[in-house]
Amino acid sequence: MLTATGLSCVRGERRLFAGLDLAVGPGEWLHVQGENGAGKTSLLRILATLSPPAEGEVRWQGEPVTVLAEDYRRAMLFLGHHGAVKEELTPLENLTLAAQLDGTTLDEATALAALVRFGLRGREDLAVRFLSAGQKRRVLLARLAVRKAMLWILDEPFTALDVKAVDMLSGLIEGHLAAGGMAILTSHQSMPLPNGKVLQL
Amino acid sequence: MNKETRRAAPSVSLPPGGRTERSEGFGGGAILAIIRRDLLLAMRRKSEVLTALFFFIIVASLFPLGIGPESDLLRTIAPGIIWVAALLATMLGLARLFAPDHADGTLEQMLLSPTPLGLLVTGKIAAHWITTGLPLVLLAPVLGIQFDLDVGALGVLVVALLLGTPLLSLIGAIGAALTLGVRGGGVLVSLLVLPLYVPALIFGAGAVESHVSGLGAGGHLSLLAALLALAVFFAPWAATAALRIALE
Repeated sequence: MLTATGLSCVRGERRLFAGLDLAVGPGEWLHVQGENGAGKTSLLRILATLSPPAEGEVRWQGEPVTVLAEDYRRAMLFLGHHGAVKEELTPLENLTLAAQLDGTTLDEATALAALVRFGLRGREDLAVRFLSAGQKRRVLLARLAVRKAMLWILDEPFTALDVKAVDMLSGLIEGHLAAGGMAILTSHQSMPLPNGKVLQL
Repeated sequence: MNKETRRAAPSVSLPPGGRTERSEGFGGGAILAIIRRDLLLAMRRKSEVLTALFFFIIVASLFPLGIGPESDLLRTIAPGIIWVAALLATMLGLARLFAPDHADGTLEQMLLSPTPLGLLVTGKIAAHWITTGLPLVLLAPVLGIQFDLDVGALGVLVVALLLGTPLLSLIGAIGAALTLGVRGGGVLVSLLVLPLYVPALIFGAGAVESHVSGLGAGGHLSLLAALLALAVFFAPWAATAALRIALE
């Protein structure tokens, strides 16, 4: 269960939001909406502990995330605007190395299965720089399938994806929620997923 | 239809919620993984590594050509020139240390990884030394021949560089982390880091000079080793703190 109380965020002179409360329980997902510049990404970065809130507190399973530190980071997966995908490496190398940096091992078969599932069959040994923007995005999203995490924080996960990939990702999130996971995401599209809450910034 | 079956395929099990089991000893595996990753990246971008190396070779080779065949003079200035060339060659690679990972968001993922950032930074510094420092150490004896250094002096030069180049990578990492995301960071990192390189330069070049003059290189090498020991403890910590600030 992720809860946040009294969050506020200040960027430069501007106060983006203040006194924000939210709670996401197992099997639930939160759709963060708002215009460009409303502070959606800033909120997600605060929830992911990438930046500290100006005021307020984020708690995971009742404990402040600043105290939990590593335990929280292990339970959480954040995928942001940036690719976090190395252009020089192949999709397969990207997946396995990302897993190793997290201190876990990922066998090749599992990584391959995840890439195939994201429609990258036959591209697993091609350097990522030869892939299209949508395919790069798919490489990144394949991490969702291989990294075990209870809480997914996804910033605009549907950017650059085609209709098929959007379906696939929705299915993946649905399965994650059905298995008791949680998700927080920003998107300008409406999403037909159960147990959703909407947060308007 | 095909898509549906693929989605239902149980090949990748979905997270049941809960903690990922950790397979290896704490952190050690992650350090090796990031060294391997950075070396792999360096192999795919050979030109960047080779640029620094050729720079080192050319700078160190221009001096004997410019000064002419006066072996006494060359022998006197050799340690200083080789060390200055090594300093500048290391500087060239510093921009590469964190900037690409920052630009594509990998650094954010490292910060969020369950592995402590300090370990990953240590691994990155080690990989930086393997790609820029180690080749310099291996090339230095060949370049030293141009300056008419004898075998003993070449040996001291190699030992001094072996102790000194990791020091350059460690100190440089602090500068690279501090200037991350700053416009004109390349110039700023030189201004920040070069003054900090002065002790390494003095003791490194001094070791060879005192060996040539018959005083023995032991004292200089010990001081260099002491500086390295200090830097191994503090530089990754300082670089990690600087990275956290840059990423906020």
